[in-house]
Amino acid sequence: MTGEPAARATDVEGEAPPPGRPPLRHMLSPQDWIATAQTAAEDSWVLLAHWAEPAAVHALYLDPATPGVVPVSIAIEAGAYPALSPLLPAAALYERMILDLFGHVPGGAVDPRPWLDHGAWPSEHPMAAPSAPRTDRPAPAARAEQPDAMILPLGPIGRPIGEAALLRLTLDGPVIRRADSRLGFTHKGTLALMRNKSPRTAARFAARLSGDATVAHGLAFAEAAETAVGTAAPPRAARLRVVMLELERIAGHLDTIAEVSRLAGAASMRAACQLLREILLRACHFAFGHRLMMDCVVPGGVAVDLTPDGASALLQALGAVAARLPALRRDHEGVVPGARLSGTGRAGRALAESLGVGGVAGRAAGRAFDARVGFMPGYRTLAVTPAVRPAGDAAARQAVRIAEIGASLRLVSSVLEPLPPGPLTVALPQVCGEGIGCAESIRGDVWHWLRIDHGQITAAFPRDPGWALWPLATALLQDSVTDDVELIRASLALPASGMDL
Amino acid sequence: MKAWRRPRAEPAEPVPADTIESLMARLDAAAQVRLGRTLAIRHVNTGSCNGCELELRALSNVLYDLERFGLRFVDTPRHADILLVTGPLTRNLRVALEQAWDATPDPKWVIAVGDCAIDGGLFKESYAVLGGTGLSVPVDLTISGCPPSPTQVLAGLRALLEVNAR
Repeated sequence: MTGEPAARATDVEGEAPPPGRPPLRHMLSPQDWIATAQTAAEDSWVLLAHWAEPAAVHALYLDPATPGVVPVSIAIEAGAYPALSPLLPAAALYERMILDLFGHVPGGAVDPRPWLDHGAWPSEHPMAAPSAPRTDRPAPAARAEQPDAMILPLGPIGRPIGEAALLRLTLDGPVIRRADSRLGFTHKGTLALMRNKSPRTAARFAARLSGDATVAHGLAFAEAAETAVGTAAPPRAARLRVVMLELERIAGHLDTIAEVSRLAGAASMRAACQLLREILLRACHFAFGHRLMMDCVVPGGVAVDLTPDGASALLQALGAVAARLPALRRDHEGVVPGARLSGTGRAGRALAESLGVGGVAGRAAGRAFDARVGFMPGYRTLAVTPAVRPAGDAAARQAVRIAEIGASLRLVSSVLEPLPPGPLTVALPQVCGEGIGCAESIRGDVWHWLRIDHGQITAAFPRDPGWALWPLATALLQDSVTDDVELIRASLALPASGMDL
Repeated sequence: MKAWRRPRAEPAEPVPADTIESLMARLDAAAQVRLGRTLAIRHVNTGSCNGCELELRALSNVLYDLERFGLRFVDTPRHADILLVTGPLTRNLRVALEQAWDATPDPKWVIAVGDCAIDGGLFKESYAVLGGTGLSVPVDLTISGCPPSPTQVLAGLRALLEVNAR
């Protein structure tokens, strides 16, 4: 591989980058680009993210052996680049996104259909420079269906209160023969809105990628911006970020457990989880001024300090959750949810690894990856042990969530007292640079990449866990029955907005 | 013996007209109280980040208990009195919103929940976003906030309930 220091001029390849320094991004030739993908497929590297700029395409790999991340790039030649999807199935959705937004054609891609573009935007390839006025793009041929196949479309306005996405199920009686997903309904043009803004201004868009992962996206974005300009959040801010991220995790897991319990017929579990979540959100509002802690993490630190009685209010709410947790665990092991959940939506470890599924879904299938271990600077001195279950079904995912609530409770309590004194933010210097940041959200690892030119963002990409969860969901839905669709969706906590960009 | 040819039951007395009238008045009043004070809500996501949905879901927890006010979420716009719209109106979801509005029987209300649904919020400059809900369907009530708290949403819904009962 020919390395080219793209990150910072002083980096020398071969040396381990010091903490907070971005890993080198390698500019590859087309042959090396494919060779890297082959190595990745053979050595079970994970494709974490795949995105583009007007003149280049990037990929971010996770090397589980080191463990470390490897960013690579390839220049666009004649509007095209070699596709990764024949070697790495996880790349397929990214390639459709890149074609829709930038117009770069992935040569040899397995799936040429549009993803984000539904034919309603004023211009074609809105992120390309210059973007072309809309022409009628020939619709790709629909996949051949059996003439008498029954199609069940679910969405985009489908579930009672949820995100907008379309599932198209091909049925054979009650059995799902093929599941196909279509997203992009909530595409808001976030990448274009982030461009030419300061990190502080663009952080508001990062915080609104996904409402229940707003702290995680905000934190990953802030760390990418801080890495890019070579600074770090002050100690007090770093600790408060941990507090916020863990509070978000507890609240998010309670919400998912409540929804899955409802569908599994465990009404008392649902009521208990919803009540605990509300108690926690009220404490967050009292402590940080916002129930979801939106916009509380900013590049350079945190925007708000704990209110004077905030810590005790949070500890009281966490105490309420802790007091109920043994009963929750008992209820989960009971007959009512157990009969419905065990065996439903079973994901194998090999599938989770090949698609790069992290988070609860990955850990419940035996893939012990947690971005908090080794990738997040704020957790360096904290002991995080991923909760791993081998079964891979909806019951295992519930069990992982309950275990993680317990672990997060202990983590917040240990971090809250005492918090180090000191400032909440540092000013970001007006320099140039590139950075990668990550955070473990309620659904899995969130990665943000961005480039800053004299204090202004010139390019950015947020990778939501949804990019891995949707391919997993369509794989799990295949050969399951229609009665299980809602349960599988809820159990994976399938997102839409974060990956619709 | 001709007894079997004629029914034994005696002809019914005519119902007194004043009883009918008083009963009708009582039924009318009861219907106003019991049936007039219930509204069915269909949530429509037009591009939300999921923040507003979290707070809408919180409305059914035991502390807010939406259904005690006669308010309930339904699965289809055909059963709805209210469309509760969240998120900036993306170009990709405009048709879906309009179809939901067309399918909702009259009389109907549209409530735009959250800053994005009011005027596009943070996303109003984007190529992929048209703006607020009002650009596509007539809006009767707006509830601001990012996201609005369940208390704020509940206050708006109860206000509409009062109007509906009059």
